Amino acid sequence: MNFEFTDEHLMIRQAAKDYAERELLQDVLERDAKAEFPARHIKNLAELGFMGMMVDPKYDGSGMDTVSYVLVMEELSKIDAATSVIISVNNSLVCYGLCKYGTEEQKEKYLKPLARGEHIGAFLLSEPEAGSDAMHQHTLAENKGDHFLLNGTKNWITSGNSASTYIVMAQTYPEKGYRGINAFIVDRNSPGISLGPHEDKMGMRSSDTHSVMFTDVKVPKENRIGEDGFGYKFAMKALEAGRIGIASQAMGIAAGALERTIAYSKERKAFGTEIANHQAIAFKLADMAVKVENARNLCLKAAWLKDNGKPFAMESAMAKLYSADIAMEVTTDAVQIHGGYGYVKEYHVERLMREAKLTQIYEGTSEVQKIVVSRTLLRE
Amino acid sequence: MKFLVLISNVPDTTTKIRFVDDNKAFDTTGVQWIINPWDELALTRAVELKEAGGIEKITVANVGESITEATLRKALAVGADDAIRIEAKPKDAFYVATQLAQVAKNYDVVMVGIEASDYNGSAVGGMLAEILGFNSVSAVSGMNIENGQLSLTREIDGGQQKIDVETPVVTIVQKGIAIDPRIPAMRGIMMARKKPLTVVPAVDAEEKTEYISFELPPPKAACKLVDEDNVKELVRLLQEEAKVL
Repeated sequence: MNFEFTDEHLMIRQAAKDYAERELLQDVLERDAKAEFPARHIKNLAELGFMGMMVDPKYDGSGMDTVSYVLVMEELSKIDAATSVIISVNNSLVCYGLCKYGTEEQKEKYLKPLARGEHIGAFLLSEPEAGSDAMHQHTLAENKGDHFLLNGTKNWITSGNSASTYIVMAQTYPEKGYRGINAFIVDRNSPGISLGPHEDKMGMRSSDTHSVMFTDVKVPKENRIGEDGFGYKFAMKALEAGRIGIASQAMGIAAGALERTIAYSKERKAFGTEIANHQAIAFKLADMAVKVENARNLCLKAAWLKDNGKPFAMESAMAKLYSADIAMEVTTDAVQIHGGYGYVKEYHVERLMREAKLTQIYEGTSEVQKIVVSRTLLRE
Repeated sequence: MKFLVLISNVPDTTTKIRFVDDNKAFDTTGVQWIINPWDELALTRAVELKEAGGIEKITVANVGESITEATLRKALAVGADDAIRIEAKPKDAFYVATQLAQVAKNYDVVMVGIEASDYNGSAVGGMLAEILGFNSVSAVSGMNIENGQLSLTREIDGGQQKIDVETPVVTIVQKGIAIDPRIPAMRGIMMARKKPLTVVPAVDAEEKTEYISFELPPPKAACKLVDEDNVKELVRLLQEEAKVL
């Protein structure tokens, strides 16, 4: 058992912290208010190597381990989860999926610019009637021999407008059920793709979420990922890894709220002393810290299992379930301790609370994580 | 042109300062160490100049025990080519300058922060130049290389001075030399592990300073608000309490 980070881990964490505190913090409130995409930051973070963190350097990635990824997601999410979700989707859904299941040609053509961060990736699984029920895809991908023809609508797509590369799940053989689903790499500029309006969200407002419509979109057959009918399994495998990213994001949101609340309660005075000296506040801080530390350990354990080639599906589900739920609890407590100040935007904790809510919903709701965990338990 | 950037290993600027040994030494328990902010800016500018093609090689060096290697690795991650650690506990400025002289004599340009954020002695750069017989320029806030000529900008009272300088030179740099310290990229962090870090033994040097005692500044007094119409009271407070007028 060894809980020590390596010097590289510490340096990577510090790099993410420095960028978040020096750059993201400057305009996070304004971007949240205007729902403005963090284009400048994504470019800078790409230069630092955060867009393809775990991709092999031979495909232009940074070659880092998943533990590093957890540390980066935590630090960025403490300040700005709307930016960190763009990084999470690019890294652990899109790049991870292509790394693991893409052909050499697909990696050369699509993975490299994604890992360099010159292109942004999006993962198109959810549909108006298929969110948690991912097995029932209504988007069709008709097999036309040398190409597939895509028709249908995808919902809640992170980076829907800003992405250049889409990974799209669609049904090719409806009679085969989920075994008929395929995954495709689709160029965002393909004729026949149109976007719904920018979703006006409660939180994570500066990430651009759209629905995406496909009308007779031709996808070359070499853009299918894996064997015919591999799409559902591909999506589930990508989500297994993706959960570590979102779990770490949720944990980071909670850790950010905790840090702000500790600082605030050492400054703010009531009844003649700093509020941290009141046990009602101090005990709440202790409870918040225990939750954050538990979440951090679950995230790091899932990452460690993945890095060591061991099964991590249940642990990543546990990490996401717990981190998302405590993110909601910790941010709610943070707003409570800040009192009226917590309810205004300047103090950030209300935004962290709005952001926390989404972590219980996207990339598998908390309920779906319970299905994953319980099924694994009951199978054993 | 070969550059040497001197790296001081200092406590993080948010460290709570405590003293031990009868207030004769700084308590290093639980301290997080960083690159001295001025040295970090110097390194950033050196890396920028190297990227622009004006520098052949950047070496970083410090005087310190093995614990300081993490700081040197960070400097390598930011973009230095190699690192030298002189195996010694840094004592006073003369001791440090004497140690660094054995390394610095092999370089064209030495960059050193105007002060280190721990003891703020502001002495190593000047002493080093004197020991080596190098040119020395202080308060440098800008550096460029054009056609092999090193040009410096210095901050002077009420303006700036631009000078061309012959190498070898020790440049003592301050804020402005780079805008922000560079954040190391992931690739730089991975490469840092493979870059050479050489440990060299200390040379004999006299210790010219004895620390008698350190003391913390008095805690900041509470802020007093003076009514905007009451200038008289403001002047009285500034004279009698703050004693600045």
